[in-house]
Amino acid sequence: MTEPLVRIRGLGKSFGPTRVLEGVDLDVGRGEAVVVIGPSGSGKTTLLRCINVLETYDEGSIRVDGTEVGYDGPPGPGRKPRREGELARIRADIGMVFQLFNLFPHLTALENVMLGLTKVRGMPKAEARARAEHWLARVGLSDRMSNLPGQLSGGQQQRVGIARAVAMEPKVLLLDEITSALDPELVGEVLSAVQQLARDGMTMVVVTHEMTFARDVGTRIVFMDAARVVAEGTPREILVEPRHERLRSFLARIEMKGH
Amino acid sequence: MIDFALRTLPFLWDGLLVTLHVSAVVLVASLALGVAAGVGFAYGPLWVRLPLRLCSDVLRGTPLLVLIFCVYYLLPFAGLNLQPFPAAVIALSAFKSAHVAEIARGAISSIAPGQVDAGKAIGLTFAQRLAWVVFPQALRRFLPPWVNSVTDTVKGSSLVSLVGIVDLMLAAQQVIGRTYEPLPVYVLAALMYFAINYALSVASRRLEARFAYIRE
Repeated sequence: MTEPLVRIRGLGKSFGPTRVLEGVDLDVGRGEAVVVIGPSGSGKTTLLRCINVLETYDEGSIRVDGTEVGYDGPPGPGRKPRREGELARIRADIGMVFQLFNLFPHLTALENVMLGLTKVRGMPKAEARARAEHWLARVGLSDRMSNLPGQLSGGQQQRVGIARAVAMEPKVLLLDEITSALDPELVGEVLSAVQQLARDGMTMVVVTHEMTFARDVGTRIVFMDAARVVAEGTPREILVEPRHERLRSFLARIEMKGH
Repeated sequence: MIDFALRTLPFLWDGLLVTLHVSAVVLVASLALGVAAGVGFAYGPLWVRLPLRLCSDVLRGTPLLVLIFCVYYLLPFAGLNLQPFPAAVIALSAFKSAHVAEIARGAISSIAPGQVDAGKAIGLTFAQRLAWVVFPQALRRFLPPWVNSVTDTVKGSSLVSLVGIVDLMLAAQQVIGRTYEPLPVYVLAALMYFAINYALSVASRRLEARFAYIRE
């Protein structure tokens, strides 16, 4: 049975009276980079945060590598939310990079990357250090490893965030608007680090407002609006030949902002 | 004068040791209970937070002396007959725990939610997130008000003399009872209290400087 690495079916969630996700289906195959676009409040960040259960979901199913992430079983009455220990094990295999970096401010760049390796993976210090140094070098930060986050630029901080996530060798990497908080001239260095990962075959789910990035890195693009997946296709189908009316008006608005 | 001080010092010294003993026990107990309650305040579900809130408000809203008398004179009616020392220590610890809990709650709540998200995302368990992400950052906000509260504990411990424990306060009064020289004895006792608390403040400034490097 070849199930996609991430398999989402009928996902539904409410914040109080507001529906934030409604019947969302999504498959992400191994090595794919699926980019989720859509207006603010369309549910794309919530969708991403459900995949590693930073948000709980009310209905439907999210399976990562065959394991239901948020509950102890498939949808149905009586399924129970997973306990803390199980969630921690599941999350260790799902990397996430955040819009506001969320680096640990009391730890150096190197220690930020090492923390999960030593405490979660149980690696010896020397091995964890070697792996952390390897990944920080990969994102171009060999000379910044002993700096605290407060001593780094936004772009550098975000690259530490990427190294922290991929050093855990996750099955899938979630990127949540990772360039939205950056000065425009720092966006490029972060995106090229992600592009390198995509070329190396890292499976990714990306939420972004950068349409050129979506085009360059995405193997598939998903357009969300008002809690639903409205359109889905190749970058060409979605960005160049959009057929759906709401997608077209969304792209037109983005276009005007970007130029 | 110096001669007088030298003669009274041994009596006050024994009292000082009792004051330090009471303070140390209360400090450790209230730190453990208070931090646990602070975590409950910050992350616990409603059925944890509600009773904590009630306990904290009652304890903090009651004068310390009343609490000590309650434990010492009222608990016997409930069949719990405590010696003065444990009774006083329990009352002081409960009172202090409520204060430490509020300090801990504030320090923990000041940590951005994104920090917890990031800890979860790399697979840290709840206890690991507290130990490696939340506490190290919260410490800087926790220390200054906590040291204040520790100096309050040392001073507040003088109330245990009212249930007959011969601490520094009561030792001083006993010396006065024999010598009829209140002023020099009280000055001497005050200097001893001051010496403890001054040492604590110096230690706290050192600690704060040690953690000042953490930026937001």
